[in-house]
Amino acid sequence: MTKILTKHFDEPKLHELETYRRLDGYKGLAKALTMAPAEVTAEVLKSNLRGLGGAGFPTGAKWGTVPPVDKVPGPRYVVVNCDESEPGCFKDRVLVTRAPHQLIEGLLIAAHALGAKETYIFIRGEYQNQYDVLRRAIDEANAAGLTKHASIDLMRGAGAYISGLDTALLETMEGKKAWPRQPPPFPTVAGLMGKPTVVNNVETLSMLPFILREGGEAFAKIGSPKNGGTVVFSVSGHVRNPGIYEVPMGSTLRAVLAEAGGVREGHKLKCVIPGGTSMPPLMEKDLDLKLDFDQIRAAGTFLGAGGMIVLDETADAVDVAHNIERFLAHESCGQCTPCREGAVWTVEILERVMSGGGVSEDIPNLTRLGENVTGKTICALGDTVGMVSRAYLQRFPEDFKKRIPDGQKS
Amino acid sequence: MAKKVKFKLDGREIEADEGRLVIDAAKDAGVNIPHYCYHPALGNPGNCRMCVVEVAGAPKPQVSCRTPVREGLDVKTESEPIKRARAAMLELHLVNHPLDCPVCDQAGECGLQNYYMEIGQYQSQVRENKDHKGKRIEVGPHVMLDQERCILCTRCTRFVDNVTKTHELGIFRRGHSERVELTPGLILDNAYSGNVVDVCPVGALTDRDFRYKVRVWYLDETDSICTGCSRGCNISVHTNTKRPWHNDGKRVARLKPRHNHDVNGHWMCDDGRYGIGALDSGRLGRVLKLTPERRDASWESAAEEIAKALKAGGVAFVASGMLSNEDWAAAKELFAGAKLYFCPEPDQIGVEDDFLRRREKVPNLKGAEALGLKSGSFDELARDLESGKVKTLYVVERDLAKIWGAERAKALIAKAAFRVYQGPNKNELSESFDFRLPATAYVEESGHFTNFEGKVQAYCKALEPIGQARPDAEIFRLIAAAAPAARREVAA
Repeated sequence: MTKILTKHFDEPKLHELETYRRLDGYKGLAKALTMAPAEVTAEVLKSNLRGLGGAGFPTGAKWGTVPPVDKVPGPRYVVVNCDESEPGCFKDRVLVTRAPHQLIEGLLIAAHALGAKETYIFIRGEYQNQYDVLRRAIDEANAAGLTKHASIDLMRGAGAYISGLDTALLETMEGKKAWPRQPPPFPTVAGLMGKPTVVNNVETLSMLPFILREGGEAFAKIGSPKNGGTVVFSVSGHVRNPGIYEVPMGSTLRAVLAEAGGVREGHKLKCVIPGGTSMPPLMEKDLDLKLDFDQIRAAGTFLGAGGMIVLDETADAVDVAHNIERFLAHESCGQCTPCREGAVWTVEILERVMSGGGVSEDIPNLTRLGENVTGKTICALGDTVGMVSRAYLQRFPEDFKKRIPDGQKS
Repeated sequence: MAKKVKFKLDGREIEADEGRLVIDAAKDAGVNIPHYCYHPALGNPGNCRMCVVEVAGAPKPQVSCRTPVREGLDVKTESEPIKRARAAMLELHLVNHPLDCPVCDQAGECGLQNYYMEIGQYQSQVRENKDHKGKRIEVGPHVMLDQERCILCTRCTRFVDNVTKTHELGIFRRGHSERVELTPGLILDNAYSGNVVDVCPVGALTDRDFRYKVRVWYLDETDSICTGCSRGCNISVHTNTKRPWHNDGKRVARLKPRHNHDVNGHWMCDDGRYGIGALDSGRLGRVLKLTPERRDASWESAAEEIAKALKAGGVAFVASGMLSNEDWAAAKELFAGAKLYFCPEPDQIGVEDDFLRRREKVPNLKGAEALGLKSGSFDELARDLESGKVKTLYVVERDLAKIWGAERAKALIAKAAFRVYQGPNKNELSESFDFRLPATAYVEESGHFTNFEGKVQAYCKALEPIGQARPDAEIFRLIAAAAPAARREVAA
């Protein structure tokens, strides 16, 4: 299968500049620097590259919303979102550890395209090793004179999941509480310190060297319609070989599972969370679903950041929903009432059900509560609070009913 | 001028400025959209989600506090999905709210309570226990915090962050553990701290001054002007006459700022707000003749005697910026030819800042200035009293002890042959006069003050006068009428 990001992951010293350069490293940047910024953006637009942090927004189109320097003078920034904290997602961690220069090259290409003189990598606070790797790689890049057109600074998060959301990340960078901003304005218009800012995910930016080197069309050809290139899944759970797997956009769920060796011995598939715990699960009937940002929507879920969690029949939907909701309640930033109160209430109802105190009204109440929270908050965390409980209720009603003493009535 | 556009509100065509927030434009059109976090002076974070409306074309409910009006916008505030969404938002606000309305001072003017009554959904679906947080936290000299009642709308933190820029309050911790707390090392003691109580839509922040004193539904509200300084903040006087045995018998229960964009915005300072305590203490209620021996007098006999003294000349009239424009006009006529002393001395000078508080701690010096009245200095008055030039000393609501010191003031007052004190309250020297006339407090009369910028503002009568007290202007006119001839002579 075609690999872009993980192609050279067999090289033990890929994280070093010398090795990376030997394997076509920084050729994409060299080419970008010979091009006008607008041409770089056009190439990215052509590539059908989508935001791989979860939103799936076309990267070139996002860049296009940054006001041009002659209209809005002053600084603009590129920020790398390396605050990977969605349970089930660990691809950025591997990408940064193994190929830090791939990210740095992509970042420097983006900085050129967007006219940013300053760029930042915002890295999850818990990623100490990845921080050290990046620090060294940046020092190498600086020493090699690669960062003449744009500086790179590393900034560490303080442990909030919500900082992985672009506007909350920007608030954190400004030294404030990680409370998402209510757009508009979007960060590309008013982001860091109120200046136009592009926030892109590690994986997204890491794709840029290939796009510049090989051309946007070559990238687009690898993927499915409107979804260029590859996607890296972090596969975990009840599979034989958990790990990260890079597959072309539009590969089937069956193919991705096969890469990871399939469901563990002697068990059968219950469901697959495709994009990180916040996403509703896919079922066995969805095995031939083509996984890209658009086609997965047909199954009522999202590609997210590719954090694929495979669950076999030993998993109980109530436990799974409770586990996820507990995480969301813990990580809710507390800004919007529906999410702050709704998440905890959901968890409390589920806990009561799990301890045998469930009543028949709990199921309609959970559904109603889920509906009431979804679409009512500033950021998408509230949506996921409502989405997760409803998804498991809808897909596995029997798991809930058997935990509620008089559940059969409802 | 913003461009006018037409948009639809519940099917009605409304004209509004382009870009005006839907929540404001709706209010202008008489539609109140429920909300907590939005406050016109504190911004629209959009976190309470109460003000959701349906906007044609939008996939989900939009918060009207962040939706600008544009041509052709089609907004529904009362559609079934919106009614459901609003009920849902209220339900979520109440999941962990203690619902201790019977012992909460906010009851009767609480956003949660009001919308609850309006929206319904009276049958609770919550079987879970409520979160427990801090109760009765004295965050400052004037304000009490109850974290359990708080709905985390952030109005108070935005007030201390953006208006006073003093940052005493913040939202600490995360998610449902989140609470309003004092910033470590600070207490809420800025000069405008009382305003956080006003902006709090629930009972989380209450006035320590007002807690458990009187239920708000017994209060009457009257438009007035703060007399604390020359800013002339627009206020509302909340009086309690229905339950006189509550609130330690104090008739004025509290003052609240009244919005006036050009004068005080939505705010008032703590000096003005909490300066009402002495309003009814040591009130003068009777017309008294204190010399040669203390006895009650009638207004008529007092007026006659005073008029006679004024006619004799050598009159010094001492007053202050507490007089209304009406009082000043009447005084100008009655005391034509007399020497006037009303400039602020240290007794009426205080802290000034770049927000609301002004140096002169009286409301209406400008009113005197506008009538062409000039004040002599109190040093000059002291000299004239000393030398016997002052035959009649007429003091209105001014404590000379605070200017000259009690002993010296007493000695100087004694130098005048005839002395009148007029005012609402006793003071240290109010017994050292020949006549003591009871005047109304500003809450017992209507009139106008001219603030330091020259804005003339009306204040209204909130309470009946105590005893025989009359407005200053009326007393001046009564004296003038008692001796029309005298007045003409003085004038000539």
